[in-house]
Amino acid sequence: MKLLTCPVNGTRPLSEFVFGGEIRNMPDPAQASDSAWAAYVYNRTGAPGLKKEWWYHSPSGTWFVAERNTLTDQVARTYLYGQEDKA
Amino acid sequence: MSKRLPQRASEWLKRDKPISFYFEGQKYQAYEGDTISSALWAAGETVLGRSFKYHRPRGVLSLANHDVNVMLADGTDTNMRGDVLPVQDGMQLTVVNTDGGVKNDKKRFIDAISSILPVGFYYKAFHTPRSLFPFWENIIRKSAGLGVVNFNYPRELKRKLHTHCDLLIIGAGPTGLTAALMAAPHGVNIIVVDENAQAGGSLSYDLGGSDESAKRLADLLAELAKYPNVTLRTGAYAAGYYTDHLIPIVETTGITKVRAKAVIVASGAFEQPPVFRNNDLPGVMLATAAQRLLARYATKPCESAVVFAANKQGYRAAMDLLDAGVTVKAIVDLRAEGEPCSLVDAIKSRGVAIYNGACVYEVLPAANKFGVKGAVICSYDEASAKPLLHDRFTLACDGIIMSAGWAPAAALLYQAGTGMRYEKSAEQFVPAKLPAGMFAAGKVNGIFDLAQRLQDGARAASEALTYLGKQVPSVTVDREYIASPSHPYPMVEHPKGKNFVDFDEDISIKDFVHAAQEGFDNIELMKRFTTVGMGPSQGKHSNMNAIRILARIRQLPVERIGTTTARPFFHPTPIGHLAGRGLHPHRLTTLHGWHEAHDAEFTDVGVWKRPAWYRRAGLEKQQAIYEEALAVRKAAGMIDVGTLGKLEVRGPDAAEFLERFYTGSFKTQKIGRTRYALLLDEAGVMVDDGIACRIAEDYFYITASTTNAAAVYREMQRWLQIWQLDVGLVNVTGAYGGINLAGPAARGILSRLTLRPLDDASLPFGAVCDTEIAGVPARLIRVGFVSDLAFEMHVPAGSAQHVWNALLENGAAEGLRPFGTDTQRLLRLEMGNHLIGQDTDGLTQPFEAGSEGAIQFEKPFFIGQRSLQIIARKPLNKRLVPFTLSEGYQGETINECNLVIGADGNIKGRVTSIAFSPTVGRFIGFAYVDPANVAEGAAFNIRTDSGSLVMARVAATPFVQLQSEA
Repeated sequence: MKLLTCPVNGTRPLSEFVFGGEIRNMPDPAQASDSAWAAYVYNRTGAPGLKKEWWYHSPSGTWFVAERNTLTDQVARTYLYGQEDKA
Repeated sequence: MSKRLPQRASEWLKRDKPISFYFEGQKYQAYEGDTISSALWAAGETVLGRSFKYHRPRGVLSLANHDVNVMLADGTDTNMRGDVLPVQDGMQLTVVNTDGGVKNDKKRFIDAISSILPVGFYYKAFHTPRSLFPFWENIIRKSAGLGVVNFNYPRELKRKLHTHCDLLIIGAGPTGLTAALMAAPHGVNIIVVDENAQAGGSLSYDLGGSDESAKRLADLLAELAKYPNVTLRTGAYAAGYYTDHLIPIVETTGITKVRAKAVIVASGAFEQPPVFRNNDLPGVMLATAAQRLLARYATKPCESAVVFAANKQGYRAAMDLLDAGVTVKAIVDLRAEGEPCSLVDAIKSRGVAIYNGACVYEVLPAANKFGVKGAVICSYDEASAKPLLHDRFTLACDGIIMSAGWAPAAALLYQAGTGMRYEKSAEQFVPAKLPAGMFAAGKVNGIFDLAQRLQDGARAASEALTYLGKQVPSVTVDREYIASPSHPYPMVEHPKGKNFVDFDEDISIKDFVHAAQEGFDNIELMKRFTTVGMGPSQGKHSNMNAIRILARIRQLPVERIGTTTARPFFHPTPIGHLAGRGLHPHRLTTLHGWHEAHDAEFTDVGVWKRPAWYRRAGLEKQQAIYEEALAVRKAAGMIDVGTLGKLEVRGPDAAEFLERFYTGSFKTQKIGRTRYALLLDEAGVMVDDGIACRIAEDYFYITASTTNAAAVYREMQRWLQIWQLDVGLVNVTGAYGGINLAGPAARGILSRLTLRPLDDASLPFGAVCDTEIAGVPARLIRVGFVSDLAFEMHVPAGSAQHVWNALLENGAAEGLRPFGTDTQRLLRLEMGNHLIGQDTDGLTQPFEAGSEGAIQFEKPFFIGQRSLQIIARKPLNKRLVPFTLSEGYQGETINECNLVIGADGNIKGRVTSIAFSPTVGRFIGFAYVDPANVAEGAAFNIRTDSGSLVMARVAATPFVQLQSEA
């Protein structure tokens, strides 16, 4: 089983975590065209590479960001949302 | 005739512990420490099993857990591998996959007709006529498979343990032991595992005519024993590699899951058989198998041997044979230039003839193919890989010892994602790019010379220690090959075939040629067509030769062919090792004990156990549910709703947060009032609903459905991080118990337990207040889910039982009864309330469910808003409507998911809820129908399971008369 490092609680087994999907920036709903909005809602890039993902440490209720290489499944770093520069 | 030798220094036998066992009904003597195969071989038996397909006699091949033709049953277990399983006193063994015993197997005739059963024949032969396929299938199913499963298998509990270490070393051969010894002084916690009964690897059997190996092994083990931080576990194999160095170690007692910080794979190599006619007869065995027999089990492989070699190992084995008193008739070396090492002179001086550039063309079988009578030897042209028959001659012998090459035991390396490359100087795949924290050393790394292997073990230890953050000097390995340990193409063609590549599945060279002719010339396709490597040994002795043959057929270099993936588990692992208790945590409310004591029938709702209904003497389930429902309609009922999600949203931005999170409007919500809270996802799909209670200007108390509570809370937390609002969230689901009291008598019962006025003016529908009930602080909510006169009480979890009891006591006269979730579902249906998750699915948007009223489109933003704006412009495909069946409907049962069929015969929707309501006196339900056909009274057809159509009509809700109108 994979290990994941919660920025608050340290390294824990994957069974304690919930995946929250790739972090994608929401386009401005008032400005975005229908197709741009639909692309945001439905389209995901399947291309492997380094991605920013939401992960949730369930027992403590901690959301954080993991930068994970989806090709090698290696997590480069994890940090709390908005604290990228402190990681 | 006994082949047992006098006691040897290297042997694993306990001569002072003689035992006896039965094999195929006959009694045999053995010593403790013998395997089944070694004991039988020592006793002079040669036919230890039958092959899978052709039922050919088979004996010892590897003695390294790949002898899958020697599979035994002991009455309880089956497919036990004789080559490695320790023999025990009193064992009663029979051979699997025979018809009439191992010697008189009636299916041996298949060997004679093998030419009409080419590989893949069953793919084609039984296709047509289709009517005959069941007949063939029956025969194929009976012949496919080995041992017979014992359905009365005793229940054995195998423990599962977890452990951690800094460094896990797989393989306790010279490489692994050296690595352990190098790492041990650096204060790291080390586990060394080896699948063999004793440590030592090649040092325990590859003597090469000297006692140097044994001395070295004794020294290594003595040194290692000085370190308490090193644990050596033998009889323990690393079964697979899982992410982040989690490696299950399998022993007979169970599995230990080891989490290592670094791993050194020193698992060695599997010896690969050269391929020549009759290379499978009992008496033909790998050099390392012969050496294992001699060194570990003091047993002669044969009396008079021909050694068929293409590397140094054959010469070392020849020395061991000579030392044990076996006559070596000749060494036949496939290589034109022969063996460069100094052993050649020693062997020649003992009178052994050496033929270079020669091959064993075929093995002559003894009577019944029970053994070897002789070998036909001729010259061999390495360039064309053809035997040259002009000079062939026959040597009488009773054993062929073969050694032509190796395949790395790299299964765990592959599983860890190691990139492999073909090392031409070793003619072997070796690790090219190892994942972080993984290291490979020794034969698996393509290094075969003993001194170099020790260096390589030290090198791997040094790299692993550096990885673990220790300051250690680096070690370099003098990696030069004088002669390759593996021959690039050790195959000898023969017009009559039976030159086996895969002993599991009886696949010979011609089968690969056929497969390629059929177009299956990719390694993955060839594997599936020929089934090479798909038998119980999973290609451990066959895949490398298969790759070499395919490379030659396609005239490509070996590295262009690639390898197939060796998946876990490394050896077959008993299901009992894997099975375990289902550790599914579940939650109980504080009323659970009361429910149990009152005959509740429980159901799983999310992580919770909830009463579905309460058993009553003399009542069937359906009747009991009807009675509970009627109590709510006519008097009062109550249900434990302590499982509901309960979330506190506090802070100056609390209302703003809810406006963005849910579809409704909350800024205008008055203190002391509740509002319906509908949650969508970004695609506009309905996810959950609940009630938002405004307790104070900056304090909301939210309920969420039992199953979704955790997910709703999680999403709240996530969006709060994104929006950065001044809000605090607390999940108080477990802190409060909940009781829903419903029915015409509810107000009367409750009024006796609280001073709070409960009339419609003081506590109208949708009101919430904090008060005291039965002396306990309580939050009281007027709700309308199961009845329009219902009170939901949220009290501290520890007080729930007290309030529950007080209600029961006070309501006894009115006929108050508890009800469960099955009844609750009927009651909400009677009220015309749809249920998210029951009446909606993962694609349902609010327009389909008729929930537009819950949506405040004018808000600047809510989750799903932008998507709904797009959806609103598109035509609606279906719409959820309440319906009834005709009065007195007695026809076929209509089930959830029965389809709604339009006049054009097309599917228009489906039934999502249906139940008979004793109050209404009809079947009532919800269904998706054509949106053009939703007016009250409109008829539509439902197709039953049997296909007949039943008419239903759109109805008005609630289905039952409201209390307020009563």
